[in-house]
Amino acid sequence: MKKDIPNPKANRSMLVVAYLIVGIFICMIGYFGYFLQVRSDSVINNSYNARLDSFANRVVRGEILGSGGEVLAQTQVHEDGSEQRIYPYGSLFAHVVGYSDHGKTGLEAQANFYLLSSHINLAEKTMNELSDIKNIGDHVVTTLDVGMQQVASDALGDRKGVVLALEPDTGKILAMVSKPGYDPNTLADDWDALISGDNTEAQLLNRASQGLYPPGSTFKYITMLEYIREHPDDWRDFSYDCDGHYENGDYTISCYHGNAHGHQTLGQAFANSCNGAFASLGLTLNLDGLKTLTDQMLFNTELPVSFAYSRSSFAMGSDADTWEILQTSIGQGSTQVTPLHNAMMTAAIANGGVLMKPYLIDHVENVLGEEVKKFLPASAGSLITAEEAGILSDGMRMVVTEGTGSAVRTDAYSVAGKTGSAEFEKNRETHAWFTGFAPAEDPGLVVTVIVEEGGSGGKVAAPIARAVFDYYFTR
Amino acid sequence: MINVIIEVSKYLLILMVMIYTYLNFSYFRHQDFRKQDRICAYQNILMFLLHFAAFVVLYLKAEDDRIVLLYLAQAVFLIAYLVLYRLFYRNRSGILINNQCMLLSIGFIILTRLSFEKSLRQFLIVTVAAVVTLLIPFIMDHVWQISGIPWVYGVGGLILLAVVWMIGNNSFGAQLSISVGGVSFQPSEFVKITFVFFVAAMFYQSVNFKNVAVTTAVAAAHVLILVLSKDLGSALIFFVTYLTMLFVATSNWFYLVSGLLAGCGASMLAYRLFEHVRTRVLAWQNPWADIDNRGYQITQSLFAIGTGGWFGMGLYCGMPYKIPVVGKDFVFAAISEELGGIFALCVLLICLGCFLQFMLVAGKMQAMFYKLIAFGMGMVYILQVFLTVGGVIKFIPSTGVTLPFVSYGGSSIFSMFIVFGVLQGLYILKKDDEEDYEERYTKSEG
Repeated sequence: MKKDIPNPKANRSMLVVAYLIVGIFICMIGYFGYFLQVRSDSVINNSYNARLDSFANRVVRGEILGSGGEVLAQTQVHEDGSEQRIYPYGSLFAHVVGYSDHGKTGLEAQANFYLLSSHINLAEKTMNELSDIKNIGDHVVTTLDVGMQQVASDALGDRKGVVLALEPDTGKILAMVSKPGYDPNTLADDWDALISGDNTEAQLLNRASQGLYPPGSTFKYITMLEYIREHPDDWRDFSYDCDGHYENGDYTISCYHGNAHGHQTLGQAFANSCNGAFASLGLTLNLDGLKTLTDQMLFNTELPVSFAYSRSSFAMGSDADTWEILQTSIGQGSTQVTPLHNAMMTAAIANGGVLMKPYLIDHVENVLGEEVKKFLPASAGSLITAEEAGILSDGMRMVVTEGTGSAVRTDAYSVAGKTGSAEFEKNRETHAWFTGFAPAEDPGLVVTVIVEEGGSGGKVAAPIARAVFDYYFTR
Repeated sequence: MINVIIEVSKYLLILMVMIYTYLNFSYFRHQDFRKQDRICAYQNILMFLLHFAAFVVLYLKAEDDRIVLLYLAQAVFLIAYLVLYRLFYRNRSGILINNQCMLLSIGFIILTRLSFEKSLRQFLIVTVAAVVTLLIPFIMDHVWQISGIPWVYGVGGLILLAVVWMIGNNSFGAQLSISVGGVSFQPSEFVKITFVFFVAAMFYQSVNFKNVAVTTAVAAAHVLILVLSKDLGSALIFFVTYLTMLFVATSNWFYLVSGLLAGCGASMLAYRLFEHVRTRVLAWQNPWADIDNRGYQITQSLFAIGTGGWFGMGLYCGMPYKIPVVGKDFVFAAISEELGGIFALCVLLICLGCFLQFMLVAGKMQAMFYKLIAFGMGMVYILQVFLTVGGVIKFIPSTGVTLPFVSYGGSSIFSMFIVFGVLQGLYILKKDDEEDYEERYTKSEG
């Protein structure tokens, strides 16, 4: 067979390919190194990673601390080597700190990886491993203010509900109270009773982030904002004459206890939480626009937090009938919101429209107190514009100065907020809401309160928020 | 006490594999044969020490006496293989045979940890494959008509692939294997080799346009059948191997660039047409979104690698069995988890060393046929390494390819023994030629 002259440049071409392959391998090795060094910590801290549990065989679970260094959870090692998780504050931090013995919840779940990692120096670590002594796990320092948590818990008393406090400009959560609670120290003994089908109290549920409630009148800041968006130039001209009841065909919407508010501007209707005004205004709204706004406000979607929560829902579409529109405009109907989500929307309003991601872990330190990892405030983007946030802030300030929020009216500091009394079942007392921030002109703290079946938001929920604000401004 | 041994051996294993890998690359710097021989001897010592240390840990942890027997059998095998190769073929490539044995023993270690039964089976397959392929260099030296029958390779390979496509057993959604008399094997592993022979023989005849066009058509047929059988990894290996062989045979950049563009276009088309292609890509882009199903395997692999870290959890201290098919496609994750990220990187570098050795052999070959075979085999080998490791660490979408000599699997082991056997054959041919030449030269001088 006749052959062509072989390609004289074959070796050079081969060299090109070989270099290419080596180059690709260097990239891959770089990626592998980057993954191991930088990415792996956040990747492996995942509840699907069963390997973390085996860490407990080598590491004594670290402590969970309050922002002032108070011990919220620690592990005691007994003489015989058995371990016991102790929660010195009992039920006070039950939900936010969680538990680690019957599955893991709260910070015990979220920070599991850090608590089971040990960053003592390598020499000591190696010595311990050689002599089969467990290393002490890292401590997780939270953003929680023990004093504020106590005040919030005392103010709520033995009623069911939530008190949530966070910093709008950083996202740090300072207090998270959910009641009824349980004592994590005696969880093993109480477990069967707690999960029994006869128990309707749901003590194990963290209502702050997982409890879904109708938003009631606190939803009015969304209805109002949609109206302002649709009437950018003349929303100040809105007026409504309230006789205590709004009638539309067969439907009647009543103001709280049938109070007649008289002639109302939009601001006054918001401050007085006039249901009639908002129901009538709601009928004029572009329902697609309202849907878009609630989507922007993080309804029906994931929240930018790294602990367990429930998704809020806003279900009204453009095909809604009159009754549904009337109900939804005043925060009733099928809309559901978590106190956490309500607090986040309030925080965005307080922070010029920008939502800072709420977080609970400030930093991780080793047993000697040396910092291992620091968590910094991070923005989750703007929910609404700064201008819109300003208008809503003014409206919420009016709620306190002239309207239903009189319980937080004080000369010591200025509060802006919104009350709500949300119906959830016929012939049962309403849930009492308050969500607001202070100081109104330069917000430093957002407080959101709900008292289940508490009655009036202004009379029941606002005073609880007042106690937390008082603590904040005198601490 | 056991604890101390295990902890110490963890770092010892890493140290040994690091030195071994270093020697692997320092080998290329030396031209002096005696120095190269000494390096190979050091490597042998390190390999046996590493194999021994790892099996001590395995035995202490598992407390299974069968492990001692398996260890002894493997040690005898490795010694016999190294000695016999040296006896039969004075001019063998020491570094290549060493790397082959090193990768085999790493495979023995990790498979024994994963499942004693599989490890035993693997060892038996390795032994048979080693004995059979020991003859390859001899055959190549004596029966050398293999360049004249391209169509036997081309058509034979296509028929084999087509048979698998039509009647193959379904595993993980792909038709990969057929059963003959109770033994299941994966023809695509062997067709890789016939394919390289086919392309080399065709281009050896001529690289005129007509020959290139015909060869391209046959290569495209191979790739198409593999895509239809959902064996995406092999399809990619065939495609890239063919394209680079064409480039080396012609040095024509137009072929390379237009081939790459066509490949991109075809990938896009495949992504749109085939559900199984989309699934792989989606599972790669964001495995966390579907962690229970499509993302399960890759996220478990990342957990394993991440939890193991640079130094590893130590043998029997991790949970590699949480990863589906860990012994085959995801064996690299198991190595990284228990033996450590550094160890895994060294394995990767050893594989790269093998590839460079392949390229050196190809470069020294005078005849285009030999050159293309050495180069093509090198590409088949390194692409396989790239696809499996890249898939395991989420560098690229996972394609279900095994790590040569380490992963469990008879066909994969057997075909890789053939690939390395052929390379040894070429290396030995070249060396013998050089020696003949030198002898004649010195005789005429004297």
